[in-house]
Amino acid sequence: MSSEILNDETKKVLVEPLVTNNPITLQVLGICSALAVTSQMSTSLIMALALTLVTAFSSAAISAIRNHIPSSIRIIVQMTIIASLVIVVDQCLKAFAYDVSKQLSVFVGLIITNCIVMGRAEAYAMKNPPLESFMDGIGNGAGYSLILIIVAFFRETLGSGKLLGIEVFKLTKDGGWYDPNGLMLLPPSAFFIIGLIIWGVRQWKPNQQETVEFKIMPIAHGEGGHH
Amino acid sequence: MPNCQHLEKVCSKLEEYEQYRKFKAYCLKVLALSNDNLEKTIAVAVALCLVCAVLVSLAAVALKPLQISNKELDMKKNILDVAGLLQADSDIEKVFSSQIEAKLVDLDTGEYVDGDANSYDQRKAAKDPAQSVAIPKDKDIAHIRVKAKLAKVYLVKDGNTTKSIILPVSGYGLWSTLYGFLALDADGQTVQSINFYDQAETPGLGGEVVNPKWRALWKGKKVYAESDQASLEKGLIEEADKGEPALALIKGTVDTSKAGSQYQVDGLAGASLTSTGVTNLVRYWMSKEGFATYLSKVRTVAEKKS
Repeated sequence: MSSEILNDETKKVLVEPLVTNNPITLQVLGICSALAVTSQMSTSLIMALALTLVTAFSSAAISAIRNHIPSSIRIIVQMTIIASLVIVVDQCLKAFAYDVSKQLSVFVGLIITNCIVMGRAEAYAMKNPPLESFMDGIGNGAGYSLILIIVAFFRETLGSGKLLGIEVFKLTKDGGWYDPNGLMLLPPSAFFIIGLIIWGVRQWKPNQQETVEFKIMPIAHGEGGHH
Repeated sequence: MPNCQHLEKVCSKLEEYEQYRKFKAYCLKVLALSNDNLEKTIAVAVALCLVCAVLVSLAAVALKPLQISNKELDMKKNILDVAGLLQADSDIEKVFSSQIEAKLVDLDTGEYVDGDANSYDQRKAAKDPAQSVAIPKDKDIAHIRVKAKLAKVYLVKDGNTTKSIILPVSGYGLWSTLYGFLALDADGQTVQSINFYDQAETPGLGGEVVNPKWRALWKGKKVYAESDQASLEKGLIEEADKGEPALALIKGTVDTSKAGSQYQVDGLAGASLTSTGVTNLVRYWMSKEGFATYLSKVRTVAEKKS
């Protein structure tokens, strides 16, 4: 790649979504699939790859026709492009990675409703040229992937003592020492991990902390519903 | 570049047709319109739908043969796996065609039925009202509501003798319907293996039904009670008289020193509902509603031969 392609804007859209403008931790988008697929590292990786590709190509496609999208139907136009790409990805997975497509089942289809894809289309691709939009899609996909990989790392190791299906901790039921944490295999555990990550990131970068819009009044004794 | 020249040639050829020129002129006209114009809105919507439809159908049609062969290969792999014939380096197609024979069985009569067993899809047939029957509520312990009249069983052959019988089973667990195969010895009584190829139970808990270590526990277990409950230790097996399906998953680990342990398999830790579901589906498919009639016929034929 020549240095001309990697100009400041491209670098910015590629690197910023990793930490400073992460779609999950800062924008809090795409949480639903982050909960659903992260119980195993392998499914998370495929999901991350699929989402990154869909975001990049849909952003590029939408950006290419952005000057001719009538504003009254722009969301439908974006959805149509995204949905078509997702179906193509789903068909490809079924043809070339059948085992993984079985595990991901409905979640690939649900990329259509993933807020990150729509969010990038609406926020970036509608206003910027195709190449930058493509890079922006890659960047945001990478930011999503990063969080997914971190969450899957903790969930798979602590929940089943494995990583990518390879034994890391020997489980007690196989004669080892590690008693797996069943909660880690259930979707709520991803909430805790993502919550901790968001907390950590916002401690590290205090400018991400949101200002309190209003203050919750303390409940006076005897008020405030049933206890 | 030769491709470019080719494209130009096609374009110049197209220019000769009046319709194409009109179409091109119309496209340019529409593109020049303001984005809020109604005509442009409709034209963009139609054009976009056309392009996307072509893209999607192209992918679906072009990849279909690959997907179908993937699915078939996967199913054959599952069958070989449950038959204990799957080695890492074995040629699935070859082993399958030389040692496995698919047959159709009428669940009511227990007899083999003529028909193209290889192309028969039992799961599809169960959804077709003409090919399926509703299961009465009180008998539907596996919670599947309907079953196909014909079942597709696989016989593992060694020359002319049947080594084992592979039966399709299905039933509801916690989140999902589990689909799998149960492989029995030719006596229709001793379990060889079990394999669930389609399930969506909680990964790590109920999803452990696919764990090879747990599946290995099934080998050698007996399906039907060989004596009445009286002779078994009390409370071990509920309501299974002689000849009824007795196989069940229990809480915790099976104590092999106790009587009746041949009818018991360790339950899945942390997945009581999936374990109950598996017990129910095995009991359902091994009952008269399922394969009991067929298996008793298989046994009489085998006895006559010997």
